[in-house]
Formats: sequence, C-alpha cells, structure tokens
Amino acid sequence: MLEHAFMQRALAAALGIGVVCGALGFFVVLRRLAFVGVGISHAAVGGVALGLLLGVPPLAAGGAFGVAVALGIAGASRRSRLGQDTVIGVFFSGAMALGLALASAGRGGQQDLFAYLFGNVLAIGPGELLGLLALAVLVAGGLAATFRAQLFVAFDEELARAYGHRVGLLDALLLVLLALTVVIGVRLVGVLLVEALLVVPAATAALWATHYRARLALSIALGAAAGALGLAAAWQLDLAVGATVALVAVLGFFASLALRRG
Amino acid sequence: MSDPVVRIEGVSITREGRLVLEDIRFDVAAGAFVGVIGPNGAGKTTLLRAILGLVPLSAGRIEVLGRPAAERARAGNGIGYVPQRHAFPADFPANALDVVRLGRLHQRDGRAGERRAAEEALARVGIGGLGGRPVGTLSGGEQRRVTLAQALCASSKLLILDEPTVGLDLPAEQEFYALVRRLQDELGLAVIAVSHDLLALAGEADHLVCINRRMHIHGQPEDVIHSHALREAYSCEFDFLAGEIAHHTTEAHGASEARSEAKPSEVMQTEARSEAKPSEVMQTEARSEAKPSEAHGGDRS
Repeated sequence: MLEHAFMQRALAAALGIGVVCGALGFFVVLRRLAFVGVGISHAAVGGVALGLLLGVPPLAAGGAFGVAVALGIAGASRRSRLGQDTVIGVFFSGAMALGLALASAGRGGQQDLFAYLFGNVLAIGPGELLGLLALAVLVAGGLAATFRAQLFVAFDEELARAYGHRVGLLDALLLVLLALTVVIGVRLVGVLLVEALLVVPAATAALWATHYRARLALSIALGAAAGALGLAAAWQLDLAVGATVALVAVLGFFASLALRRG
Repeated sequence: MSDPVVRIEGVSITREGRLVLEDIRFDVAAGAFVGVIGPNGAGKTTLLRAILGLVPLSAGRIEVLGRPAAERARAGNGIGYVPQRHAFPADFPANALDVVRLGRLHQRDGRAGERRAAEEALARVGIGGLGGRPVGTLSGGEQRRVTLAQALCASSKLLILDEPTVGLDLPAEQEFYALVRRLQDELGLAVIAVSHDLLALAGEADHLVCINRRMHIHGQPEDVIHSHALREAYSCEFDFLAGEIAHHTTEAHGASEARSEAKPSEVMQTEARSEAKPSEVMQTEARSEAKPSEAHGGDRS
C-alpha cells in the first residue's frame, strides 16, 4: 500500500496524530477530562462550518473555535457555581448547533462538513501534512515544557498552588493543547471519533503501567500503533479509515482488559 | 531577638460577603511550634491558606520570612505544607520519591539537586526505603510521611500542617507528632499546625492560638486549656483532670458571646458535638491511657 504517495502521507499523518493524541491522552485519563475532549471536539464543528461558509481553511477555523471554547470552559468553570460538566454541555451543544445551522445555510457545505465529522486522512496533501506535523510538534513541546507541573496539579491542585504553580494557567494551557490535539486528530478519525484516540490508548496504557513514564510511553506507542494498524486494516478490508483506527484502539483496550483480568 | 518567621497583624478575611476571620494577630518565632485550635468552621484552614498567600486579605498584613505572603506565593513560597487529606489517589502513577520531588519543582535547582533533596527528606522522615513504592499502595501513616517529606523538600524553615493526622489511628498520630517534634529540633523549623483535636495539639505545641472567627486566646498550652476564653471559643465547658477531658454542654443561659454571634449552623454543630461525640470520647479515653504528653515531654526538654 505504501507505493502510493497518498498512503505514505496518510501513514505519516496517522503516526504523528497517534503520537500526539497518546501523549495528551495521558492527562485526559489522569485528570478525567474525557468529557472535556468530547466537548471541545464537538464544539470544533462550529468553527469548521464557519470556515467552510466564509472560505477560510476549515481546520484553522475549527482550531480557533476549539481553543476559544476550551478557554471559555476553563473560565466559566472557575467563575460559575456550575460544575465543569454542565459548562461543557452548554458550550459544546451551542457550538455544535451553530455549526449545523451554518452548514444548513451554506450551499453544498453539508457534504464538506461530513468529511470533518468522520475524518479523511487519505485526502491529506503534502502542505497540510507538514502543517499537521508542525502543530503536533508544537503540542508535544508545550506538554513537555509543563509536564511535571501538570503532573503535580493532577496529583493535588491545592498543593501545587501552595508551592507557587499557577494552576489556573496550567489548566487553561492543558485545555488549549487539548483543543489543538483535537484539530490534529480530526483529520484522521473525524470529530465524532477523535475521543477514541484521546482516551483509549491512554486507558489501555493505564491497565499495564503503574509509573507515569511507562504509562506515557505506552500511551504514545499505542496511539501510533492504532493509527498505523487502523490505516493498514482499512486498506486491506476497504473500510472507513477513521472508524477502523478507532476500532483497533478499542480492540486493544478490551484485549488488554481480558489479559489483565486473566 | 530575631525577626519572627511569620508575622500576622490585624488580619481579617471576608469570603462571599461573610467575615471568616477578624483581627487575627500573632507571631511565630523561629523554631516554635504553634498550634491553632478552634471549633469546626472557625476559620483555621482559611488562616493557614492566608499564610500560604492563597487567600486575599480584607484587612491587615501577613509576612512570611520577611516578605508579604501573597508576594511570596507568586514566587513559589518556599513553605512546607501538609494539607488536610485522607488518602492519595489509589492509582496515581508515581512513586513516593516522585511525589516528594514535586515539592521542590518550583525551586528549579536541577534534577540531580531535586533528587538528592528528596532522598534526604525521605530518609529524615524514616521511609528512605519506600522511595520506589507507588504512592497509592502506601499505608495512611506512610502517605502522611511522604507529604511531610515533600514539605521538607520545599522548605527547611517553616512547616504548615493542616489537620495532619486526620484518618490516622492513635499510635500513628502519636508517631507523626513525635516525628514533627524531632524534625523541629534537628532543623530548627517553625511549625504551625491546625487541628480540631485540641488535646493532641496541646500535648505538642509550645503555644496555642484559639480562634473562632476572631482570636480568643494565644499563649502556653497549659494556660490556654484552662482559660475561660477557650470555653468561649468552643461555646462549651471543658474540664481537664489529670489528663482526662470531660466535656459538658453549656447551659443555655450561660452561652458565650461567641455562641450568640454564631450562625445557626455553627450552633447546631456545637450542640451535636457536645451531645454525641462518641469517637472523641473513645479517643480521649485511649489518649489518657497512653499519656502522649508524658511520652513527648522528654523529646522537648
């Protein structure tokens, strides 16, 4: 399959996306942010639809929208008495409704929007691949620079604050990195399944590894493996790539669960 | 005389329109162990958080090691802090050494320096051999020592302990306080500890500060325990006889000024405590048999 240039690009993208989703997924699972990921990914639909309507690059618009919603969730959760899950429910349903309304208003926009809902990694061009990989490096760098401070916040927010760490800023940064990761992941598995890459490899890693270094490494490796194996399986079986990648990741999780219990 | 490690001058704190602390003032000298006591909801934890620079003051000033607390907090305050907690997250993916090292992260003295300080701190608290164990698998007493080691890793001058023995059984509680006293002697640490367990702190602290929104008394444990101000703060009577405590409800007509100012929920809490309190009675009886104050007396002399 790798004799085709588009498959080479798809594989590079799948590996890069798997790596960055696996890395961010470590904190998504540790800090129980799975629903935040769902919220941000669905909110990105609003941005993508707006981008399609206005003729600006949809992923850039989706990314900007996702980041804005992430910061909105972080701010509103701190300032309001409502729980974070409630705030996410408000933001993501509003943003997604906006996206669907805009798509219904635009001409031919619905079909384009579906490509972002379900992913289309085979259509990635050389320029877009470079852009995605650059964004992945940026996210990985941001995570690496603050990793142990984020680990401290995950361990105990109050202690981290007492020792001079700016917990609000770290929270907001993590959500922004999550929003950027969602934008990266959308190209491979789409808005509806990006959660699979954010949660499942890290959840599988948590079944095997008790130390954060091993868990992070395993989560990254499993994310990359799901991307590459899912792409190969989709090629062989002629299935939708995004769904196959998500299925491979989920199969890995249940196999691990069975092995750990057995 | 050297400057105090902590200076609290006329501090008042208002939260959500309610006055939580009013005109609190006391100093903590280098090497002193100050116990902060008071009933539930008295503002003890808020006071500690204010010393850590985490709560804005409505009035007054707090200086820690010569700098305003809030300014110190923004810079990474260098105070060792043991927060009130029951247990570490059971599945947290880090070992004891990792957690202790986090206490020094803000000081940015490199991974080698951080590791060395963490290993030293673990050894000081007597669990040098447990550094490689996942934190979630440690016992309650061991976890408390890990947090104490983390605090030592962060600061060698001031320790702040918020209900540090909650969830520990009596022997573990006694061991913990004995360890704190030993560290205090060895390192010359100033210690500020908050506890609802009046007797435990009275047996350990050099000074007691009794607050219930405002400061009721500050002095030697013996004087504080027998003072009228203590009864006023707790809105009830305490009789201390040969290390035993009997606890009576104050008659309604004799209720203190503090009681008359308290909110209905505080009054209900106080009444519930004075009516029921089986755990405190059991603890008091067990304590009076063990006589921890005698056991620790030698350490401090």
